[in-house]
Amino acid sequence: MLGWGRLLFFITLVFTLLMSAVNAEERQFNLGRLASKEEIKGWDIDVRPDGVGAPPGIGNSFDGEEVYAERCAGCHGDFGEGVDRWPELIGGEDTLDGHDPLKTTSSYWPYASTLYDYIYRAMPFGEAQSLTYDETYQIVAYLLYMGDIIDEEFQVSDKNIGKIVMPNRDGFILPDPRPDTGKINIDPCMKDCEAYSNIIGRARELDVTPEDEG
Amino acid sequence: MTKKKVSSKYLINRRQAISASLAFGTLGVSKSVSSAEVNQENLPPNLPEWTTYLGDGVDVNPYGVPSEFESHVVRRNVEWLTATAESSVNFTPIQDLEGFVTPNGLCFERHHGGVAVINPYDYRLMINGLVEREMIFTLEDLKRFPQTNRFYFLECAANGGMEWRGAQLNGCQFTFGMIHNVQYTGVTLANLLKETGIKPKAKWMLAEGGDSAGLTRSIPIEKVLDDCMIVWAMNGEALRPEQGYPARLVVPGWEGNMWVKWIRRIEFGDRPYLTREETSKYTDLLKDGQARMFTWVMEAKSVITSPSPEKPINNKGLHQLRGLAWSGRGAIKRVDVSLDGGKNWITAEIHGPVLKKCLTRFTLPFEWSGEELLIQSRAIDETGYVQPSIQELQNVRGVNSIYHNNSIGTWLVNSNGTVDNVRLG
Repeated sequence: MLGWGRLLFFITLVFTLLMSAVNAEERQFNLGRLASKEEIKGWDIDVRPDGVGAPPGIGNSFDGEEVYAERCAGCHGDFGEGVDRWPELIGGEDTLDGHDPLKTTSSYWPYASTLYDYIYRAMPFGEAQSLTYDETYQIVAYLLYMGDIIDEEFQVSDKNIGKIVMPNRDGFILPDPRPDTGKINIDPCMKDCEAYSNIIGRARELDVTPEDEG
Repeated sequence: MTKKKVSSKYLINRRQAISASLAFGTLGVSKSVSSAEVNQENLPPNLPEWTTYLGDGVDVNPYGVPSEFESHVVRRNVEWLTATAESSVNFTPIQDLEGFVTPNGLCFERHHGGVAVINPYDYRLMINGLVEREMIFTLEDLKRFPQTNRFYFLECAANGGMEWRGAQLNGCQFTFGMIHNVQYTGVTLANLLKETGIKPKAKWMLAEGGDSAGLTRSIPIEKVLDDCMIVWAMNGEALRPEQGYPARLVVPGWEGNMWVKWIRRIEFGDRPYLTREETSKYTDLLKDGQARMFTWVMEAKSVITSPSPEKPINNKGLHQLRGLAWSGRGAIKRVDVSLDGGKNWITAEIHGPVLKKCLTRFTLPFEWSGEELLIQSRAIDETGYVQPSIQELQNVRGVNSIYHNNSIGTWLVNSNGTVDNVRLG
């Protein structure tokens, strides 16, 4: 007589064998292995505009100012103005349609989630993924506060990182309209064509081309 | 808080270019490659020096290197473009290359956090998100999949980015050299993903690098399954460290930034991830302050590699004009060359094989008798797309786009044979 325990074991065994056969059939090559949840958690660090992927954490601009001063200001300046050739982080509003557009987090970046995602994955430069989740939210809060996007007391967290509206949120055009020069399936002119013929600029005169030494 | 207006680092205007030159002080007129001094004692009827003694034996260079007389054929960078070498770019010396294969050591580099050094035994590729099975592959696993070998060009979206407002850098290498073309060996994602399965809701793939920039880009699933690959070899040998060793993503015909190097993870989702690289960078700013997003394809383009600023003409008589053409939409159908600034055009000879999304070599013989020439090339691809003039691009996009300048360039051949990058208007 087969006990319930043994029967259950037997059924489970048959089911498992059956499923692995199905899996083997689906997995045409049987290469690689399944990833564990823990492995994925360690590497899956991306955060989407809707906040999906944001890890638990919270931070405001007061704490952010301190972390920023220690970890960011050396390159980006105390107020995001940029040191030497390092990027400005704040400013440039109303410059995007001008002669010298300044693209910063406050003037150009369309999503706050991208700030979190990028700072956590790549900053400080050369010390990637060394910030804690809270420190990252704090820095994001400080930058958003400096950019006049949130109030000083606002708590940025995984709950609202996908809801903060950035000033240039609607500044981007989709889909790609190219080809946009109207030159498709035409027979281009080959003889006596209209063409600009005056030399209006010479790179040699600008004199910014690197030269080989020696 | 500062609100000062500062120009883009990549796109400097004339005034700034001049101040940059003053800042660096030593920059002068671009030199032409000097011809080595001839030693008459090596010429007929004398016995050349190298015939009189034994040369090096085998294994002097277990991994061969170019001739010492080719030491000028190297990648070069423009220091004032970027703040640091770890997040910077250099340029392929296309003016010194023949055919359509770029030697591995000359393929231009673009890094965002320096070159990652990865032991291949420690390498793992994770695939997660909207797949049937979330999985991890070793490099050896990847090499056991059905193999695909393909030639593709890789062009940085910012190739020619400094030339939107005018002729700025006096070199073929600096104005067109953010491109290379090699044969890749790897597994197509269409094959690799048979192992993980893809859920019906998966519409976008995020590709993530293992370098200290953790560079990420979103790619629509149609492209992923069409022709994208994970590769481990270029031109028959392992990827070079600076090209993503031990494995990188190949996204044929699309901007180089998407070809994630040192790839460690791909994730599938139902919408794009809108990473830093596809929002604050690699978006194309228009005149009205709006910017185009997801401008992936590299449109048809061509360049005359010789004559060029680095390749002056030293003799009157017959010469072979040489150049390269390419299109991210497919194969090159035709290349026309003008010697008079675009008034008259001659169709150049195309040297096969002509492959899709691959550099194509063209040549045109011409006689030079010391007159000034304004030389241009114009590529036409199999979709019928004709490479535009810079004015046509400026009319639609303005001058602050940085990316996707595929316009026709102009070299001025002076009466003394030197060659300049010029802008016609």
